[in-house]
Amino acid sequence: MKQRYVNIVWACVVAWSLSAQAEDSSAIHTLAASCAACHGPNGNSLGGTPTLAALNEDYFVQRMQGFKDGSVSSTVMHHHAKGLTSAEIMALASYFAQQPRQTPQALPRQSFKGAQ
Amino acid sequence: MQTDAVLTTSSLGGTRRQFVRSVIYGGLAFYGLPAFARASKPPLGHVVIVGAGFAGLTAAKYLRAWSMGNLKVTIVEPNPQFISCPQSNLVLGGSRTLDQLSFGYDLTRKQHGLDWVNDTVTAVDLANKQVQLTRGKLSYDRLILAPGVDFNVSKIPGMSAPVADIPHAWKAGKQTLQLRQQLESMPDGGVFVMTIPTGAYRCPPGPYERACQVAHYFKQHKPRSKVIILDANADIMSKKGLFLQSFNGAYQGVIEYHNNSEILQLDTASKTIKTDFETVKADVLNVIPPQLAGKVAQVAGLNNVDGRWCEVDFVTYASSLQADVHIIGDSISAGLPKSAHMATSQAKVCAAAIIDLQSGNAPNPLPVFANTCYSFVDDQQAMHVANVYRYDPAKKAMVSAEGGGVSAKASTQEGQYAQAWAENIWADTLT
Ligand SMILES: Cc1cc2nc3c(=O)[nH]c(=O)nc-3n(C[C@H](O)[C@H](O)[C@H](O)COP(=O)(O)OP(=O)(O)OC[C@H]3O[C@@H](n4cnc5c(N)ncnc54)[C@H](O)[C@@H]3O)c2cc1C
Ligand code: HEC
Repeated sequence: MKQRYVNIVWACVVAWSLSAQAEDSSAIHTLAASCAACHGPNGNSLGGTPTLAALNEDYFVQRMQGFKDGSVSSTVMHHHAKGLTSAEIMALASYFAQQPRQTPQALPRQSFKGAQ
Repeated sequence: MQTDAVLTTSSLGGTRRQFVRSVIYGGLAFYGLPAFARASKPPLGHVVIVGAGFAGLTAAKYLRAWSMGNLKVTIVEPNPQFISCPQSNLVLGGSRTLDQLSFGYDLTRKQHGLDWVNDTVTAVDLANKQVQLTRGKLSYDRLILAPGVDFNVSKIPGMSAPVADIPHAWKAGKQTLQLRQQLESMPDGGVFVMTIPTGAYRCPPGPYERACQVAHYFKQHKPRSKVIILDANADIMSKKGLFLQSFNGAYQGVIEYHNNSEILQLDTASKTIKTDFETVKADVLNVIPPQLAGKVAQVAGLNNVDGRWCEVDFVTYASSLQADVHIIGDSISAGLPKSAHMATSQAKVCAAAIIDLQSGNAPNPLPVFANTCYSFVDDQQAMHVANVYRYDPAKKAMVSAEGGGVSAKASTQEGQYAQAWAENIWADTLT
């Protein structure tokens, strides 16, 4: 009985804290997370592409607008930037500006064990 | 079974305000609770994930991170290792080894506090919210099916069951090595035949990339050998102009592309294929079978599109037949390329939606994500197709936004970016 009450209280506290989180970042964290495939976890690249974590917000927006209008040359980013709205670009800029810059963890490589 | 969870929230996906909050609430988070409370139900419930491929593993990581550890996540996966399909064609070309594409699960598992069961799900009891394993059962509040694809070999006339020396190598692993060995032992002047099925299959540009990789190997080591592509489709399914540049350029005289070439009869003993137009004999034969949703989705009865794929709601990835079962990755019917990048993006949207649903909040009604697929035409050069996809509520579909497109041509610079893509998506999924 007491345990059940504790559970309900916890569920409320957690739901409240997560809804507060949703209100800051709402949709943008899922969009930003899709950039991770090329720019690394939380924008911390393992190399080969620019790191986006802690990038200056204005610089970020300038680059993205440049990819969009063609004034900044790119291999692939124009195909992404052109599909995003200015509001999304600004939200992404603010999101990545707030990500801590970190050395990404090494990949957990292993030799092939032959089981599959 | 309970793993030692570490709170990773601060390092994963948060604005500064969120970061501060996560420090404050970190103490409140489930795994930070004293032992008496930890033994009780996790505040946001228990999610069981079937399959630790790109889709399932990504969903697990982000469910734990974005819920700040308040969801319990159990993964069921029979394989001991993660073997990447992306770049497995380069093993055939000779510029990668399978070891370079093989990874352990331990790091993700420990770091994100995932409960892990090394087993296969054999049945789903939808009414009682339980999955059956070969050893035991698991109960869930929500279930995620991420089993990848199953192969419908019986649809191939003359094949009916898998044949040991005709690998598909459409799941990276032993068959990838077997196919590479067959190419190595084939005499110069031999013919490599690859067949492509109709209907959706995983990685639309994959077969054409494979043709280029085998041709690259032949040009270096077996210059009198040929690649014949028997494509059951009317045309090249992805990056057509770009692949034609290679087929008619660097691989002129090496690759022959034959469209509308469905297999009418296959003689497995002599590796001979009859189509409407010709009879072709292979020295090395690679039949890519027709595909459908992973077996567990079939067993659960959720493959409701042509009996092959699973229909889902793109806001939550819930099955259209069963609201508490979510399906992500190659198993779904989406009209979108079945790619690793797509699988991870779907997993993130699904994870965010499940946390909202379990917290009593409405999920984001308009998901948006970026997608790219690189293909290598040799050991150095690659090219891309890239688009932003956004949810269209009227069409109830993820629709590609304006402005997407493909490379002008394959290049070494994009070969380097394609390698960076692979390392970063592996890191996103496996760390
Ligand atoms: C040759 C080739 C090249 C490719 N190249 C690229 C590329 O360059 N870029 C790209 O984006 N994509 C590429 N792909 C596509 C990509 O590999 C897939 O889209 C991706 O793997 C899909 O992820 P998934 O999680 O849905 O399935 P998978 O990665 O196949 O994972 C499914 C997992 O579920 C497990 N499982 C299945 N059934 C059960 C069960 N009953 N119980 C428990 N576990 C189960 C399996 O063991 C497996 O680990 C390529 C594919 C191939 C074949
Ligand atoms: C397919 C890989 C890929 C994806 C996906 C991708 N990027 Fe990029 N990004 C690149 C590459 C490569 C560059 C370098 C410019 C170029 O060649 O396109 C770059 C450059 C950038 C830059 C400029 C950085 C600088 O310091 O100059 C920004 C900003 C950026 N990307 C943001 C994003 C955002 C935001 C997303 C997600 C919506 C994203 N990228 C998704 C590959 C990618």
